[in-house]
Amino acid sequence: MRRRDMIRLSAGTAAAALAAPAIVRAAPAPIRIGVLAPLTGVVAAGGKEMVQDFSWFWALHGNRAGARKVELLVEDDGSNPDTALAKARQLVEQSHVDMLVGDLLANTGLAVANYVKGTGTPYFIPIVAADNLTQRDRIPNVVRVAGYSASQTTHPFGAWAAQQGYKKIATISQDYTFGYEQCGGLAQTFTAAGGKITAQFWNPLNTADFSPYLGQLANAGVDAIFAMQTGADATRFIEQYASFGLKGKIPLLGSMNFTDQSVIRTMGPEVEGIVSAAQFAEGSANPTTQAYAAAHVKKFGTLPSLYGFAMYSAAMWIDEALPKIGDTVGNPKKLLAAVESTTLVGSPLGYPVTLDAYGNPIYTIFIRKVVKNPQGKWWNVPIHSYPHVSQFWTYNLAQYLKQPSYSRSFQGIAKT
Amino acid sequence: MAALNLFSLLNGLTFAALLFLVAAGFTLIFGLLRIVNLAHGAIYLAGGYMGYSAAVLSGSFALGVLGAMAGAAALGLVLDHGLLGFVRGFELRQVLLTLGVALVIDDLCLVTWGGDTLSVPIPPVLSGAAHFAGVYYPRFRLFVLALGVVVFCGLWLLLHRTRLGALIRAGVDDTETISAMGVDIQRIFLITFLLGAALAGLGGVVGGAFLTLYPGADSEILVFSLAVVVIGGRGSLAGAAVGALLVGLLNAIGQVMFPELDYFVIFGPMAAILAFRPLGLFGRAA
Amino acid sequence: MARLPAFLAGAAALVALPWVLPDYQLSLAVQVLVFALLGMSVDLLAGYAGRTSLGHGAIFGTATYVSLYCSATLHLSPWIGLLLGVAAAVLVALVFAALAVRTGGVYFLLLTLALGMVVWGVCLRWSSVTGGENGLRGGARPALIASGPALYWLVLAATVATAAGAWRLVRSPFGLALRGIRDSGLRMQSLGYGTTALLIAGFAGSGLIAGIGGGLYGMFNEFASPSTVALSTSVAGLLIAIIGGVGTLFGSFVGAGVLVILQNVVSEYTDRWQSVMGLMFIGLMIFAPTGLIGQLRRLRPRAAARKPLS
Repeated sequence: MRRRDMIRLSAGTAAAALAAPAIVRAAPAPIRIGVLAPLTGVVAAGGKEMVQDFSWFWALHGNRAGARKVELLVEDDGSNPDTALAKARQLVEQSHVDMLVGDLLANTGLAVANYVKGTGTPYFIPIVAADNLTQRDRIPNVVRVAGYSASQTTHPFGAWAAQQGYKKIATISQDYTFGYEQCGGLAQTFTAAGGKITAQFWNPLNTADFSPYLGQLANAGVDAIFAMQTGADATRFIEQYASFGLKGKIPLLGSMNFTDQSVIRTMGPEVEGIVSAAQFAEGSANPTTQAYAAAHVKKFGTLPSLYGFAMYSAAMWIDEALPKIGDTVGNPKKLLAAVESTTLVGSPLGYPVTLDAYGNPIYTIFIRKVVKNPQGKWWNVPIHSYPHVSQFWTYNLAQYLKQPSYSRSFQGIAKT
Repeated sequence: MAALNLFSLLNGLTFAALLFLVAAGFTLIFGLLRIVNLAHGAIYLAGGYMGYSAAVLSGSFALGVLGAMAGAAALGLVLDHGLLGFVRGFELRQVLLTLGVALVIDDLCLVTWGGDTLSVPIPPVLSGAAHFAGVYYPRFRLFVLALGVVVFCGLWLLLHRTRLGALIRAGVDDTETISAMGVDIQRIFLITFLLGAALAGLGGVVGGAFLTLYPGADSEILVFSLAVVVIGGRGSLAGAAVGALLVGLLNAIGQVMFPELDYFVIFGPMAAILAFRPLGLFGRAA
Repeated sequence: MARLPAFLAGAAALVALPWVLPDYQLSLAVQVLVFALLGMSVDLLAGYAGRTSLGHGAIFGTATYVSLYCSATLHLSPWIGLLLGVAAAVLVALVFAALAVRTGGVYFLLLTLALGMVVWGVCLRWSSVTGGENGLRGGARPALIASGPALYWLVLAATVATAAGAWRLVRSPFGLALRGIRDSGLRMQSLGYGTTALLIAGFAGSGLIAGIGGGLYGMFNEFASPSTVALSTSVAGLLIAIIGGVGTLFGSFVGAGVLVILQNVVSEYTDRWQSVMGLMFIGLMIFAPTGLIGQLRRLRPRAAARKPLS
């Protein structure tokens, strides 16, 4: 919503309230939600899904949560941490929002999280997956409402890869936190099961030309390649992987966003058969998920993406939590407590979702494959699942927190 | 290992071909009109987007190419006739004006085509991988390489075998004398600008097929073109070719061998040349 | 002397700003001051030495990165971080100078652009030190100036001091020599001036100003990322210098004010801020290449001429 429209809306509401009888003037204050999403930049496609589906949820509920009106202030974080920080500052200090929701890339999320550490503003991150925000560097007002930590989905993936008989894997990943952590999660469990990571490549965000890497990958002598690319980089990598003749020669495993709807829906046969791991699969047979996907198709003509699903679930979560704070305004601690004590009952996943003690949800993780659905569209279908996966996998909590967070230098690779 | 080297070589050569397409236009404009057209990258991107739309709407890659070149030339016309006319003779002002134009064109492209990454559709005959000498290599990239060679030959013939070309070359050397000789130098300027812009558009639609089109692609290709033209020398076709080869190969090899020094490998030599031999490898003093 | 009351009133207004402005607008004021320093650093070379640079964002951002690195990674005192940041910026400026000093005009522009890109590339890819895409976060603000108003006063004091220093510099024989180089380097050389040494010194001074701005920006933002050293920052610095008027030095305050406030206002109503910036560049180059202050100065003699005879 445009700022100008926001003002008009509020002004109109205010005028109406003044003109109306005293009873109406006692209406509770609106909830102002600052939505940060990348509407431009490398993950613009995902950002659009975020805003679209978040707004959709509130529209379905008449833009209300109980008796209170919900106002959304949307800002573009440009897929850039500097911009995200500036917009966050604007939303908190100038627009006085009650909470911030969103951001996509981990580096934007980290920048904003560092900022809200100082202001105490509740910051809900359904998509920003930097592990440490709910582990070693826990910030009390940052909660992964309907979100996930980066290595949460790849811990089981590494175990699965080892089970498939893969002995050697090479990884190619975007050179930032989410990449380190998705790769690290896979590397740790894969090598613990006896596999080897023969090579790791790190490309900058917004890599247009993967040819230098593809040459090396083709000659790496591996059983599978794990590609951790989001947004436009995923599109380009998948296209170039196929045009360099690697598709069908070396199995391609992808990160959770690699085969997201926002990437695959406009692509051709080059996406078929790519395997990834995530908590959401739009092709899941679960009736609740199917109902959600069908409603999405009816409304937007497209299958839901992971980004949209996460934001939709976050909106649902906030909606289920808000009645607990009633008419209270400007009490971030109360809002946080309400959200953290809520179990998401109506999740499109079809089961109740709870947060662990560190503010991160626990999910069933699907290993999914890209296939064509009956309507001829590409979608991710589960081929295996791991129930009840937390951000700590099967590790002893204290043990896990002692190991450093995944980075370029630490990938959890088991010492032989 | 040999396969890897052939790979890297091809990566460098094919990227160099694209760079040549874009830099050739840039160097002609820089050489003849003495304008550092910082909007050249934006024309590449806008041309590419227009080519994308033409290709998608018509279903023909060839029409996409034509659309891109025509659209880019039209943009060049507006820029040269409409805006640069106000600041003729003021070198620095021209540069900064083109910088402003680049910002506007880039933003208008964002409004028109959105923030998503778009791939210009490749015709089936050019898609997929060719198999030779133990490697699989994308056919389209090989096509780009061939295209670069063809365009080089075409431009060389234009510059060295036609009257127009002779006038352009003379103008690069000495604008004042040539206009004193009664040649309508303004017409030559305009044709050169349109040619340069059209080449940028060609680069855009071709690059948009294997590197995709996205907001920000303009500044990336612009700084690469700057490096090529600075290294190769202003106004020189051979310079643009050699510069493109150097930059393309350095980029491909640098990314494999020194990923941490990625950009340094290109802008380091560019800075060195500017510092110690500003005319570049093939440039001549005005 | 007659202007002293107006001057004092203005100074008082600036100091009193934290009591008048809400938090967010005060933070905008801080940004105006910090970016005015960036603009001034560009103006020193462009207006007084005739060398227009598109690499000053990298010098400015180097100070930000180094000060953030000192406080976030090395856990040194933020004040030490600020000092080291400024020193690093001057160092980078000297390296730029050593390479660029023999060029001028468009080639100088391109060279500084290329050098800025080198710095950006290093910040982007040397992840172990600079944090790569994640940047460096936190810890750069000393406890003493933790509050918004305190930071503002520090930045105000530093900016005024730097501006005063720059003013003295351009008025000094050194400044005159720089202007001589701008007008005719050849003549200066024939007169026996070491133009190379003068330009390098000028570049160092420019780097000092940009470094102070960058270091203070680090204290304000507590975040450094490749965007801080990117070409866009250099472009912003140049635009600020041009809006205010190249060669006016204090015009950068006007330029920074216009840019920061305009961006904030425009962004409330539309996403097309980039187009607005581009149009400003185009408009300025065609209609007001001497900038806003330059235009005002041109109007004043006419106004003086129209003064009625007393």
